[in-house]
Amino acid sequence: MSLTLEALPGARAAYLEAAIRRPLSRRIKRVLFAALASAILVYSAWVCEIFSPKLLAGLPKLGNALLLMLSPSGFQYLPEFLWGLLETISMAFLGTLIGAVLAVPLAILCSSKTFPIRILQFGFRRFSDALRSFDHLIWALVFVRAIGLGPIAGIMAIALVDLGTLAKLYSEAIDNASKGPVEGVRAAGGTWLDEIRLGILPQVLPVMLSATLYMWESNTRSATILGVVGAGGIGYQLADRLRVYEFGQASLIIILIVVAVSAIDKLSAWLRFRLIGSA
Amino acid sequence: MPVEKTFGPKMPHPSGPHQRLADFGLASQARQAASVRFISLAAIGFLAALAFAAHVSRFDIWQLIHGIPRVGEFLGGMVPPIRLPTLWSDISSWYWGLGKWLRLLLTTVTMALFGTVAGTLIGGALSLLASANMGVRPATVFVVRRTLEVARTVPDLVWALIFLFAFGLGPLAGVLAILVHTIGAQGKLFAETNENADMRPIEGVRASGGTWIDEIAFGLLPQVMPNYVSYTLWRFETNIRSATIIGFVGAGGIGMELYESISLNYFDDAGAILIIVFLAVTLIDMASEALRLQITGHAA
Repeated sequence: MSLTLEALPGARAAYLEAAIRRPLSRRIKRVLFAALASAILVYSAWVCEIFSPKLLAGLPKLGNALLLMLSPSGFQYLPEFLWGLLETISMAFLGTLIGAVLAVPLAILCSSKTFPIRILQFGFRRFSDALRSFDHLIWALVFVRAIGLGPIAGIMAIALVDLGTLAKLYSEAIDNASKGPVEGVRAAGGTWLDEIRLGILPQVLPVMLSATLYMWESNTRSATILGVVGAGGIGYQLADRLRVYEFGQASLIIILIVVAVSAIDKLSAWLRFRLIGSA
Repeated sequence: MPVEKTFGPKMPHPSGPHQRLADFGLASQARQAASVRFISLAAIGFLAALAFAAHVSRFDIWQLIHGIPRVGEFLGGMVPPIRLPTLWSDISSWYWGLGKWLRLLLTTVTMALFGTVAGTLIGGALSLLASANMGVRPATVFVVRRTLEVARTVPDLVWALIFLFAFGLGPLAGVLAILVHTIGAQGKLFAETNENADMRPIEGVRASGGTWIDEIAFGLLPQVMPNYVSYTLWRFETNIRSATIIGFVGAGGIGMELYESISLNYFDDAGAILIIVFLAVTLIDMASEALRLQITGHAA
């Protein structure tokens, strides 16, 4: 659509155009900003070897790999793959559970509504921040070094990141809970534990359940790659097959992962509906 | 609850208030029983799942308890002894590799930046083809959606492993992995935003003779831009985290150095690297939060 300024008489068109135009200083600023942004982007692309001949040289190989992935193979290893998948799902389940159980007391210590000592509360908050600021894979590597290869390292990695994340989410729910019931329990002579049990918990339980189910779904996805560093689950087989260029088998594993992850999503949505009554 | 249906505000009950009360009692008892049944079934299912998961994952509490001190040792070893009289030399010998690490960190940040920007542009363009309300053929919408789904369901670390085969070690494999994953994620989020957009401005542009491009540029983009920007900043923060670990498999950036220092038990190096990564991630999160606040007028 053209504004058809041309159709207007000359002087009027010029007047209108001057009125629509942005002032010169803003136009210069825009151009400078665009130039700076493009320069940063081009520099980033250069650092990332986007302009290197490697890119063009590798494309045929990439095409080959993707073609091989179009035909999944290795069905004779299906039991092994399914067991790995089961291990992954178990890791996510146990990790989320341990994280969620530990996160309840930590969240109570993180919220000003339930824990009055400000300095300690600040410390607990930073502690949960620190736990969640490192990726599962980093924790998994640490646990693999400390307690050895296997799913237990992955479980602990998931549990620690969850502890940090859920403590934050739970404590935010507690912060947002209404003070009324708490004061009611206190007025009726309840102890600190009664206040939490009868004043806070009924209000925040749905939020906590929902956050936990969400973390469970998200952890199932994360757990699929923990095996890359030796922390158990299907990721080990996947990385192994990809490292020896068995793309057909890798593709079969990826399909299994996709199916399992979407099944867990469905299960979690159903549970959320049954337990909380909303999707 | 079929029993409940027999009484209502306007329907006179056939057998008077006593019967109604009795019905109500029965109905609520049935409800309670159903709820108890569900909870006990759920509890049994939960315990069974717990036992099964513990069995499958060979969960051994003693192995864990024996390992905990070593985790402590590891975390303790991450910060070498620093004494006040030799403060500067202690810190500088701890951070002996600072120049190299900062260079690698820069690579990591550029990987996240380029992957986010390019992935958002491509994903954004594809999102128009994946939205049901943009006048694109349903078959095209279906194909584009499935493609985006594959791109985002495969974890970026797995993409990195595939790209490593084609392009060799280095940041190229990593940045492409982040790019592909970002295309999938942004394409889906943007398509959902597009589908929730108000159709009236778009129809207005069409009615006044605009082309498809005009409809997008003047009808759609002005309403969805704040969401796009917010999703993009959030994706950038996520990608910074991905870019730090993508090096674990050799796909460039600080991750490779971190992986080596942890697996070779150079605890102090690992600690030093983790601290600068933590600082960089925190700084970028804060900057991104400030930017989001300025552009969209509200925090995430």
